[in-house]
Amino acid sequence: MNIIMILFPLALGLGLLGLGAFFWCMRSAQYADLDGAAWRVLQDDDAQGETQTGETGRGRSSPQ
Amino acid sequence: MAAQDLSVFVRHRDDGIASMELAVDGIRCAGCMQAIEGGLAREPAILGARVNLALKRVSVEWREALLRPEAVVEKLAALGFKAYPFVAERQADGAAVEERSLLRALGVAGFASMNIMLLSVAVWSGNSGDIDPTTRDFFHWLSALIALPTAAYAGRPFFESALRALKAGAVNMDVPITIGVVLALAMSVAETWNHGRHAYFDGVVMLLFFLLIGRYLDQLMRRRTRDLAGNLAALKAETATRLATDGSTTVMPIAAIGPGDLVLVRPGERVCVDGIVETGRSELDQSLVTGETAPAAIGQGERVHAGTLNLAGALTVRVEAAGQGTLLDEIDRLMDQAVGNRSRYVRLSDRAARLYAPVVHTLAASTFLGWLAFGLSWPEALMIAVTVLIITCPCALGLAIPAVQVVAASALFKRKIMLKEGDALERLAEADMAVFDKTGTLTLPEPEILNPEALPVERRAEIGALAAASGHPLAQALARALGAPPPAGDVHEEKGLGLSEGQGYGERRLGSVAFCGAQAEAAMVAALHPGASLIAYRHGAFRTVLALGQALRPQARETIAALRKSGLRVAILSGDRFEAVAPIAAELGVTELHAGLMPGDKLALLDQMAAGGHKVLMVGDGLNDAPALAGAHVSLSPVSATHLAQAAADIVFLGESLAPVAAALTIARKARRLMLQNLFFAVLYNAVAVPIAIAGLATPLVAAVAMSGSSLVVTLNALRARAAGEVRP
Repeated sequence: MNIIMILFPLALGLGLLGLGAFFWCMRSAQYADLDGAAWRVLQDDDAQGETQTGETGRGRSSPQ
Repeated sequence: MAAQDLSVFVRHRDDGIASMELAVDGIRCAGCMQAIEGGLAREPAILGARVNLALKRVSVEWREALLRPEAVVEKLAALGFKAYPFVAERQADGAAVEERSLLRALGVAGFASMNIMLLSVAVWSGNSGDIDPTTRDFFHWLSALIALPTAAYAGRPFFESALRALKAGAVNMDVPITIGVVLALAMSVAETWNHGRHAYFDGVVMLLFFLLIGRYLDQLMRRRTRDLAGNLAALKAETATRLATDGSTTVMPIAAIGPGDLVLVRPGERVCVDGIVETGRSELDQSLVTGETAPAAIGQGERVHAGTLNLAGALTVRVEAAGQGTLLDEIDRLMDQAVGNRSRYVRLSDRAARLYAPVVHTLAASTFLGWLAFGLSWPEALMIAVTVLIITCPCALGLAIPAVQVVAASALFKRKIMLKEGDALERLAEADMAVFDKTGTLTLPEPEILNPEALPVERRAEIGALAAASGHPLAQALARALGAPPPAGDVHEEKGLGLSEGQGYGERRLGSVAFCGAQAEAAMVAALHPGASLIAYRHGAFRTVLALGQALRPQARETIAALRKSGLRVAILSGDRFEAVAPIAAELGVTELHAGLMPGDKLALLDQMAAGGHKVLMVGDGLNDAPALAGAHVSLSPVSATHLAQAAADIVFLGESLAPVAAALTIARKARRLMLQNLFFAVLYNAVAVPIAIAGLATPLVAAVAMSGSSLVVTLNALRARAAGEVRP
C-alpha cells in the first residue's frame, strides 16, 4: 500500500509532464505543418553548413 | 514596365525586420522545400524563410533597410517558384482560437483518460479478485480527483453548445451528452461515497476524449478549407496598374486598390476592377462575365466589369466600390435568392443527431422508470439509466462523419481539388444531373490555337515574337498561346492587314489571309474550324493559316463521358449565342443545351430542374454563373473563375483539365458510402450494446471496451476514403 503512495504521484507527474510538453509544442506552432515536418527530419542540415541558417527563424516566422 | 508595389502585404516589426506571407505555386515535395529555404537563406538580407508544406506557403523575414518585398518574389522566381503574397489573416480570428482551445481540451482529456484508465484497470482486476475495499475507494477518489476538473474543462464545448441549443428551444446531440456526463459523474461520486464497486469516471472522460477528436477533426476541416481559399485568392495574383495624379503608373495588387483610384487598362489586359471608363474607347471581350464571345464596344462614361478582356485601345477606369453596377446589382439580388434555396439542405450528421437525441432520452428515461416499477431502489435504477446514456455513446456517431470528411478532403487536395464547404462532399455525392457553363468552363478561358498541326515546332518562336510585337487582340492572343515571347524588333505594322519584318524573299508576314496570300490554306482550315478566327503567316514559300478560338479544356470529353457513366444527365447552360454553343455541345455529345441565357434564366432553369426532383451539380466560372452556382445543389468552379463565381462555388479545382470534376464525384460518392457505413455501424453497435445496458449487465469495463472498440472501427473505416485518391485519373 505504501508503495502506491509514491508510485501514483510519480505516474501522474509523468503524465502531467507529457501534457505540459504537448502544450509547449502547440504554443511553438509545431503542429502548423505536419506534412513538412515529416520530410524535414530526413534533411541533412549539417551537410550544407551555414546555408541552413533559415532554420533559426522557426520560432519567429511561425504564426504567433 | 511600371514598378511593382507589394508594400501592403508586408508586416513590420519595431526592430527593422519585415515579414511577409506568400502562397507558392508548385511546392510538391521535400526537395522544393529545401530549395526554397536554402536558396533564400543564401541571400544575406533575408533572416529566415520557413515553408509550410501542408498549406503551400512560405513566410519570409528580412531586414527592411536592405531589401524591397518585390525582391523576395523575384528571388523565389529565380529559384523556379512563382510566389504570390497575401495578407495573413489575423491570429485573433475566432476559428483559430476555437481550434486551439479544442486541441488543448483534447490534450487534457487524453491525459486524464489514460491516467484514470490506469486506476480503473487495477479496480476491474481487483473486483474479480480480492481487492481491499479501502484501496478501491482510494483509487475511486483519485479517479474523481482527475475526472472532475477534466470534465469541467474539456466538457465545456459540449456544455456550452447544449445550453445554447436549450436556450433556443432546440435539442442537439450535445444535450444527451451533457446530461450523461453530469449524471454519470454525480452517480459515480455518490457510489464512491457509499464504498460501491463500480464508478464511471473512466467512461465519462473517455467519452469526452473521443467526442473531442470528432469535434477537432471537424474544426480542422473547416480551417483547412478556409486557408486554402485564402491561397486561391492569392494564386490569382491579380494586379492593377494604378495611375497617380502626376501621370506615373504603379503595378499594385488588387487588394491595395481602393474606390476612387484611377486604373489604366492596356489593350490585351484583363480589366481587374469594376468601374466607369474615364477616358479611352475600346472593345471588350466579356465572355468571362456574360458568356457572350462576340466583342462589345465601350466608350467614355460606360461601365466595365472585372474579368472582361480589353481588346483594342487603352482605357482609364475610375474604380467603384463593388456591388454598385447594374449587372452586379442584378447578380447580387439573384445570389440572395439562390442562397435561400441552398440553406434547406440538412447535413447527414445533423439528420443523425435529430434522430439520436430523442431516442436516447426516451430509452434512458424508460429504463429508469422500468427498473423503478420492477422494484429497484431509485439510486440503482438511476445508475442503470446512466449506463444506458453512456453506452449509447455518440462517439462512433461523432467520429463517423468528420473522420471521413478529413480523409476525403486530403485525397481531393492531392488532386488539386479544394473543398470550400465541409458538407459539399455529401451534396456532391447526391448529384444526379451535371450542368456546365460553356465559356471558360468547358472551354479554356484564353483563346488557343485550334490546329497546332499547322504550326511547325521550329517556327513557334519566330511567329510568337512577331505576334508579340502587335497590339492587335488576335496577335496578342496568339503570342500568349505561344508562351508570350519577347517581341521581335524592327517590325512594320500595316493597320488592318498585319505585320511584316525584313524585305524581299526573306520577309516574314503575319496577318490577314489576304495579306499573306494564303487563301487556299485558309479555305481548308475554315472548313475544319468554323467560327474560329484565322491568322496567316508567310515566310518565303512557307505559308500557314492558324485557327484561333476557344479550345475545349483537356479531358473535357472523357469527363463528360465519365459523368454519364456515373449516371448523371449532362446539360449545357450558356450565356453565349446558340451558334457558338452548338459546335461545342456536338463535339462533347451533349444534346441538352440552352443558349443565350441571362443570369436569372440560368437560376430559373436550375430551379426548374430542382423542382423536377433533380439534384443539380453546376460547374461554371463567369460572373453570370454566380447565382446559379450558389443556387445549385452543389457547385464547382475552375480556379480561373471570376471572384464572385469562386466565392459561390463549394469546390474549386486547379489546372486546365476538366478531369477533377469526375474525380471529385468519384471521391465524394465513396466518402458518402463510407459515412453511411459508419452511421450504420454506430446503429448496429447500439442495437447490441443498449439491450445489455438496459438489462443492467453493463459494467464500466464493458462500457470502456464498447466505446473504444466502436470508435476504432469507425476511424479505420474512414481511412479507406484515402484509397479513393490512390487511383490516378
